[in-house]
Amino acid sequence: MGLKDKIMGFFKKAGEKMEEAAIPAKNEKPAAEKAEESMDDTPIAQEVSPKAELPPELKALLPGPPPGGKIKFAHYWGAGCGGCDVSLLDINEKILTVNDMADVVFWPIAVDGKTKDVEAMEDGEITVTLFNGAVRNSENEHMLKLLRQKSTILVSYGACAMWGGMPGLANLHNTKEIMDYVYTKTPTMKAFQDTQSEPVFPQTTYQAPEGELHIPVLYDTVRAADDIVDVDYYVPGCPPMQTSIDVLLGALIGHVYHGSDLPPKGTLIGASEKTLCEECPRKKENRRIEKVVEPHEIDVDPDLCLMDQGIICIGPATRAGCGSPCTIAAQPCRGCYGPTGAVSEQGASMLTAVASLFPVLDNDPNIDEDEIMKIMSQIKDPLGYFYQFSLAKSLINRAVKEKGGK
Amino acid sequence: MSEEFDPKVIAFCCNWCSYAGADGAGVARLQMPTNFRIIRTMCSARVDPEHILSALAKGADGVIVLGCHPADCHYIGGNYRARRRMALLRFVLEEYGFDPKRLRLEWVSASEGDKFQTTMSEFIDDIKGLGPNPLKEVA
Repeated sequence: MGLKDKIMGFFKKAGEKMEEAAIPAKNEKPAAEKAEESMDDTPIAQEVSPKAELPPELKALLPGPPPGGKIKFAHYWGAGCGGCDVSLLDINEKILTVNDMADVVFWPIAVDGKTKDVEAMEDGEITVTLFNGAVRNSENEHMLKLLRQKSTILVSYGACAMWGGMPGLANLHNTKEIMDYVYTKTPTMKAFQDTQSEPVFPQTTYQAPEGELHIPVLYDTVRAADDIVDVDYYVPGCPPMQTSIDVLLGALIGHVYHGSDLPPKGTLIGASEKTLCEECPRKKENRRIEKVVEPHEIDVDPDLCLMDQGIICIGPATRAGCGSPCTIAAQPCRGCYGPTGAVSEQGASMLTAVASLFPVLDNDPNIDEDEIMKIMSQIKDPLGYFYQFSLAKSLINRAVKEKGGK
Repeated sequence: MSEEFDPKVIAFCCNWCSYAGADGAGVARLQMPTNFRIIRTMCSARVDPEHILSALAKGADGVIVLGCHPADCHYIGGNYRARRRMALLRFVLEEYGFDPKRLRLEWVSASEGDKFQTTMSEFIDDIKGLGPNPLKEVA
């Protein structure tokens, strides 16, 4: 019997027990009222899961509250998509351990905690906070600083928190350009703006009859979490892989239940020092390519390196640790585990890798640089593609404007 | 800002051709502006795009990469790699909003002291025309 079946069986049994308990005996209150009462003081989980009866697999999953009492856990999103929040639920049955170990005090996507609850806490009261998403507006920054202050361990969780991620590509424009495009040029907004005497833009403060209203201010430059506050650990990925979350949870469980040491500060959880190519099972023949293709344009060879087939894969410039699920599935690596330890620029490493992919031509000594530019222009949008996760943390983290000479 | 814009240019010279060419220009006492700092690399292909981005990020107004002429590379094909890499990097710089003329690739052999002189003088003139590195004012 698999673990899953056992768990299902366990819950089924627990469910039957609860049904039995729900049959009202004579002279007793109706079940609903009784249940309401019991929910107030004793959690149902304790009533139906006496630890002695648990099979060993479940014992490991449901270790009960830690010796020092449940820790406090928070998970917050900055400028992100919510995928990181959901990734925490990807750990399947291990979420039960999280529930045994920790009280979720703040996690906007999942539980109803309020900012004022966090503000009312003591400094360092939250044991661990996972912060995902980049810092793109004043609210992100405020919440990140607040959570840093209230948390003992702050984890920069996911590609956006680590390097700005995809929201970081907004650094190629500024707020004015973005607002202008979104609120006047997009088809739906254009139709609306045409009905106005002059373009209407959202304001960050508004005087309503009930009082002044504020919405967050959008920043020109998207930043990573550790540009703003001190960060204890990093978990790369878009979103982080189950295996990384396992390592993080394992470290926390070891620390909380057995007092084992946490990893050294600054550790990249679940990541390797090598590049993805080291991990990728595809066979590398170091072929040269004449033409860049998309995976859907060719019959992708299941065993051969994607680069050898002309598909631009960011694996050579990306840190390993994910287990290369994308390349195994014949999709090129997008680079969400960021640059390797030895370099600071993921995109620059990729430029080198891609440039070497193109063959030296017979007439190479005689062609000029314009011809080379033409060959290389097959690579569309190298900045947006090779820096798609790390732009906000790269050496030059935003677009510039030439002012011109005298 | 001072009246006269005095650019700072980083020149990556390959050990086998261009560095010797620069040496030749010096020995021949050819006059040229003093706005450049030479960094000697073993090959033009040793110049990682990261080096150039790093130079620009630190405020260099221009970067020039000098290598052996095509077919003359000491390592047979280093300069062929370098020119493809620089082409890509130029696209990246353009996307950032830099004038791509801030990055230049030239071939200077060990005997071309005069070409080194004219190349550097021209490049520094170009950079003077472009004005300071746009990143500088942000800092």
